[in-house]
Amino acid sequence: MTIITASDPAHLSHRERSDRVSDPGEGSSSAALPVGNRKTTVGIARSNSRTEPGPVRFVIIVLALTFLTVFVVLPLVVVFAQAFSKGFIAYFAALAEPEAWSAIKLTLLVAAISVGLNLVFGVLAAWAIAKFDFSGKTFLITLIDLPFSVSPVIAGLVFVLLFGAQGYFGPWLQAHNINVLFAVPGIVLVTIFVTFPFVARALIPLMQEQGTQEEEAAISLGASGLQTFFRVTLPNIKWGLLYGVLLCNARAMGEFGAVSVVSGHIRGETNTMPLLVEILYNEYQFVSSFAIASLLAMLALITLVVKTVLERRLDEGQAPSDH
Amino acid sequence: MVRRILIVAAGLLWASSAFAADYSLLNVSYDPTRELYVDFNKAFAAAYQKETGKSVEIKQSHGGSGSQARAVIDGLQADVVTLALAYDIDAIAAKGLVATDWQKRLPLNASPYTSTIVFLVRKGNPKGIKDWDDLIKPGVAVITPNPKTSGGARWNYLAAWGYAQKKFGSADKAKKFVADLYQNVPVLDTGARGSTVTFVERGVGDVLLAWENEAFLAQREFGKDKFEIVSPPLSILAEPPVAIVDKVADNKGTRGVAEAYLKYWYSKEGQEIAARNSYRPRDPDIAKEYESSFAKVDLFTIDDVFGGWTKAQQEHFSEGGIFDQIYKN
Repeated sequence: MTIITASDPAHLSHRERSDRVSDPGEGSSSAALPVGNRKTTVGIARSNSRTEPGPVRFVIIVLALTFLTVFVVLPLVVVFAQAFSKGFIAYFAALAEPEAWSAIKLTLLVAAISVGLNLVFGVLAAWAIAKFDFSGKTFLITLIDLPFSVSPVIAGLVFVLLFGAQGYFGPWLQAHNINVLFAVPGIVLVTIFVTFPFVARALIPLMQEQGTQEEEAAISLGASGLQTFFRVTLPNIKWGLLYGVLLCNARAMGEFGAVSVVSGHIRGETNTMPLLVEILYNEYQFVSSFAIASLLAMLALITLVVKTVLERRLDEGQAPSDH
Repeated sequence: MVRRILIVAAGLLWASSAFAADYSLLNVSYDPTRELYVDFNKAFAAAYQKETGKSVEIKQSHGGSGSQARAVIDGLQADVVTLALAYDIDAIAAKGLVATDWQKRLPLNASPYTSTIVFLVRKGNPKGIKDWDDLIKPGVAVITPNPKTSGGARWNYLAAWGYAQKKFGSADKAKKFVADLYQNVPVLDTGARGSTVTFVERGVGDVLLAWENEAFLAQREFGKDKFEIVSPPLSILAEPPVAIVDKVADNKGTRGVAEAYLKYWYSKEGQEIAARNSYRPRDPDIAKEYESSFAKVDLFTIDDVFGGWTKAQQEHFSEGGIFDQIYKN
């Protein structure tokens, strides 16, 4: 029995694949993008995995659900319970505070700029990596992944070293009265850094899988490079792109560590929502703190829903090209 | 899509810069002064408007004293710094941002308000904590932040040291005492406010070493039925200093208003605001008026016992200093 399983590569690869497809978490990197024909793999995986006796399955399911409740559902409930602990009026009054407003505006602004720039960069990088061959490609992919492996605090400190008054560009910037650090540009810069890989990472596997045939066809029919890109490449990746943008946006709005290092914590000016949550909490203003936190939690929930929808679209969009 | 984002972004930028005052000051301060400067800034802006007809808007930044100093050194555009201890402003002065004689430019060591270190205990004082000696008893959990990162924690540490040195008469015995005390510390938070939250919110520990003003604030926020303040008979005179960041103020052209801002601290109104927020006022009249709010404590200064901040910092808190030696084991 064992020999048969081990020597059956088709079976093994199916298992591996189904593991990957059904992995619900870790949406951040490449792992979550579904590969291959989902229906068949899932079907085979199910019939194979139901060999365990009933009680074992029951225990595993209960364990998983308990885990999920304690670590995901409960904290979420607590955030909203605290936010509304003094009623709706207190909740909305907390959100209407000028300081809360300024944090919300700043967070939206920073997310808009950094997601916009990372969108352009991510598409270009993924396009270059997936559709062309050149030396140093692996190195480039590693570089794109770098922000994932660097601690956000370190990322922030790097920018302090670069743009701080004692850093490389700091003295020149100060001489010209340009504020980068402890102002909006610095916050935008670190946010771009930490959200750098999301779009590219979502697109590269997708574009690699799609190959270059459709582009080659377009060019052989007389389309120019730009026409090919906008009429063939871009429509093919639109769902994947949205997916990347969504994750990028969630991280951009939620980033704490790196932003904290370069923010300067000027009240009503350079505090983003995550920073303000901490500040208000430390000032014993629990309703206000959790009110802002609840906005961030809602962002997470919306992200999850849209992500699920997009993943379904991605599957559908991909299905024809599989056959 | 992109254009719409740009329009929204531009709109937000415009909205955030729409209400500009004649002057704008940035006051970079330490953690427990949040409530104090809310009051003080409002009073100063009104007084300044009345006197000069110019409006002034004061922005605040709060954090651990040491990290705030670091941020100013790295380019945070503070017009004034109001930090927990002189050493942190010295560090800024060492980089040429503040004149080195800054502590002589304003009266009373440039510390318009003072405080001291007291004990906050749970209702009924179940462990019977009355004096510093009670802190090293076995089974007493003491909450104090990390002196490496927190200004308040350094005052705590030096207060304990000063007490022991005065009582036992030698530095060796003081070192033993402080080492015993830190044996009783289960967690070192990075800032004074973090420690307060650990003690009052998470319910960790039997006694919190805290700024007097911080202890009063916690009591106000959570009720006298939950916490009691115990003032030891002997403690340290904590002098949180203020200074103009010359380089920034000159560059922004705000020196005049920044000077007025700091001088306002020494007025009766300023002193009253300090007293109302549980900082010990310097002005004798106001001090008398608020006499009943503050316990009688014998206060020694850092100059008396440690020969000034630079020396204390070097000996106790530098890399491999006495704190590193006693906290290792």
